[in-house]
Amino acid sequence: MMAGVIFVFSAAALLQFFISYCRSLIAASSKQVLSAEVKDVTGIQRIASGDDFKRVMQLLQLCPERPEDRNSVQAIGAYFSLLGFLRSTLARLVPSMRAWTESERGQCAYFAAVALGRRISFSRDMLAQQMDT
Amino acid sequence: MLGPYEYAVWLMCTLLESAVLVCAFKKNALRRYMLLNVYMAASLVVSIGRYNILSHYGFTSKEYLYFYYYSDALLTIALYFALMSLYSRIFSDLNAERYIRIGTVILLSGTALFSYAVVQQSSSKLVTHFVVELSQNLYFVGLLLTYILWAAVLKMRETRTRLIQMVLSMGVYFSLFAANFALQNLYQSRGSFFEFLTPLFGCFLPLSWAYTFWHVPEEARTVPSRLAVVPR
Repeated sequence: MMAGVIFVFSAAALLQFFISYCRSLIAASSKQVLSAEVKDVTGIQRIASGDDFKRVMQLLQLCPERPEDRNSVQAIGAYFSLLGFLRSTLARLVPSMRAWTESERGQCAYFAAVALGRRISFSRDMLAQQMDT
Repeated sequence: MLGPYEYAVWLMCTLLESAVLVCAFKKNALRRYMLLNVYMAASLVVSIGRYNILSHYGFTSKEYLYFYYYSDALLTIALYFALMSLYSRIFSDLNAERYIRIGTVILLSGTALFSYAVVQQSSSKLVTHFVVELSQNLYFVGLLLTYILWAAVLKMRETRTRLIQMVLSMGVYFSLFAANFALQNLYQSRGSFFEFLTPLFGCFLPLSWAYTFWHVPEEARTVPSRLAVVPR
């Protein structure tokens, strides 16, 4: 009984903290403007949609990985999966939640696009270094 | 003996703990977040100490068992002080540092007394039982305090991104352990699976702190109401 109560409490707390933590990661990237080439490649102009996420992630995987952003990309991937789960379950019953999950999924796609921009410039720097040597 | 998975997680965790200190040093945050870094340094020392004792005496030895539980209690106390240092920073504008210090000592003493009251019935190995009980209770207190701190961050509209991310990562860390502990008790037949997860969860805190020190500048600001699950 006690273990059940602790589990419910801690799972609710975990959900609250995990969502807020992911949103704090996303918040930093939402202020950044996408470069012209990222806009061209991803088709995202100013506002991203949740449907763009998978495509942007595929593009991300084509670029050499930056060790600095690997973990945050994984965390956002997990957050996106959680949103997908909420969208196909709870959001069907609560319309306001559907709008919220859609907007969050779009923010995740925008975060991935910002990470893509960083990876493109990282690859470009690496190539320039190789050319120099 | 431990398997390759345990060694890999141990190595990853130790590297991440040292990465936190390096990132804090490089970003001039070593003194500013002194108690958090003290906790990380202590974790690093304990990780190396545990490995040494493990390789000398073995996993099932008394030496390792005692070192594990006593060092765990010390680390939990250090983490508790690190959490209270976040309280001090969040409430610094209210000049409440003195009250927080007093509250910290009272709460720690209260938890210790409660733990002692729980274990005093068992006459043998009283100190060891006390240490284990204190460690568990302090973890639970830590979870509650983190939750209260997050509520305070939202209420006071704290905007310092670094502090916000530190509080949130502590919340995720404590909740992960509490949920894992509860699941272990609920499904005792699958206890080995949850034990398998425990060391992996231990990597989360150093990972997120290293990320925060490295990527989030001290001047960065976030509107916390945008982060809350329930809109405020």
